[in-house]
Amino acid sequence: MSNPDATPEAVVHRDTVSGGRYWSMVIRHGFTLRLVDRDGRANVSMLLYNPRNPLERYNMADTLKGQHTSRLTRGNMLYSDMGRVMMSIVEDTAGWHDTIGGITRDADILRKYGEHRYQEYGNDFYRSGRELFLIELAKWGLGKPDLVANLNLFSKVYAGADGVLHFDPENSGPGDCIDLRAEMDTLVVLNTAPHPMDPGPDYAPGAVDLVIYRSPPVLEDDYCVNLRPENARAFANTAIHNCQG
Amino acid sequence: MSGINLVESPLDPADAVYREVVPAGEPWLKALRRGQTLRILDLEGNQAVDTLFYSLERPTVERYSAIDTVQAQGNVYLTTGTRLMSNEGNVMLAITADTCGRHDTLGGACAAESNQVRYGLDKKPMHSCRDSFLRALAESDYGLGKRDLASNINFFMNVPLTPEGGLTFEDGISDAGKYVEMRAEMDVLVLVSNCPQLNNPCNAYNPTPVEMIVWDPPGG
Repeated sequence: MSNPDATPEAVVHRDTVSGGRYWSMVIRHGFTLRLVDRDGRANVSMLLYNPRNPLERYNMADTLKGQHTSRLTRGNMLYSDMGRVMMSIVEDTAGWHDTIGGITRDADILRKYGEHRYQEYGNDFYRSGRELFLIELAKWGLGKPDLVANLNLFSKVYAGADGVLHFDPENSGPGDCIDLRAEMDTLVVLNTAPHPMDPGPDYAPGAVDLVIYRSPPVLEDDYCVNLRPENARAFANTAIHNCQG
Repeated sequence: MSGINLVESPLDPADAVYREVVPAGEPWLKALRRGQTLRILDLEGNQAVDTLFYSLERPTVERYSAIDTVQAQGNVYLTTGTRLMSNEGNVMLAITADTCGRHDTLGGACAAESNQVRYGLDKKPMHSCRDSFLRALAESDYGLGKRDLASNINFFMNVPLTPEGGLTFEDGISDAGKYVEMRAEMDVLVLVSNCPQLNNPCNAYNPTPVEMIVWDPPGG
């Protein structure tokens, strides 16, 4: 693990989400969520909400246009639709994380991988990204209207000059990790269903290990805050949001 | 599908059932019946038209989805032949003619808060598409609000991506008289903000009116 900040003393919780499953938790301001692609096969579909007002949520368009990028990696910040930073990518060994590829539906899973129901396969049954998002969102009183364009951590999708989308299956390897520093209290809702453009013939989504640790102080020369002037302004807006604790 | 597919329309505005000029900075909200065709005409050129669609039957459940649209065609740009998909995986409208050639659906709509981040903390008082969207929805009786604002289409807007991960707002490739036309494949509610953005080249720094033209289906 390349980031020294997750020292044993700083870690407050560890967890594992197996492939094709869900997870959610409020990551509080001052804590960082590390996700580790255990076997090099993980795709983590993720959405972010302000737990006090979930109408404020991760915004794909604002994140991309604010940082003039279609590739998310270290230094990038994940913007809400309210001009604030929700989380910052303070560490990344995979190099590219997708936010335009979307999620799988039940029909996609059926077409690509065949029918694998609980009745025949028990807990090895196949689940879609949409199904897993809707189940986990429902636990927070959220539903279809809140299901917006999501992140796909560890997956790389890029557009050619003609706009055609491509998926790079070699993007993330065993042990690759991304660290997301919460700049405000953030409800993280995620699932580990396969990426919709994953070309593999088998339903084999990988597990992800989670580590929550206390963030070190954000210093004047913070890499994410200083990456672009937009990031500094969005971070300043988040500081106003946090000014009363 | 490649990025540009220039196709002219056989439809004659003289046969239209509805025509309205929408000034810059104004919203426009209208129901389209299945089979009707909507043309958005860029009257003076390089004018971004931020657009969302909702199912007329169940507007709070089914809406336009940028990600599903991009995923369905495997391409990030919209042009003739693009099927505009819903979050439920259904075709809402199909683009049947396009004399501009490329439209964006990843750039989103401008908002007071995002303008602040992108252009300066003093830009918050400037008008934005989200203000127009929210005002139109709040005044309507469809039960829609901020929760229902997802990634929209930016007709006539040029947001090229590069294989290395670039994404920029570039000068428009539209011009006076260019248009895009789409046929409703279900009954839909169309929500438009004729974009008031003054901080980037999406409106050539001069927001101008567009015309909305609707035709009934042939024989309909």
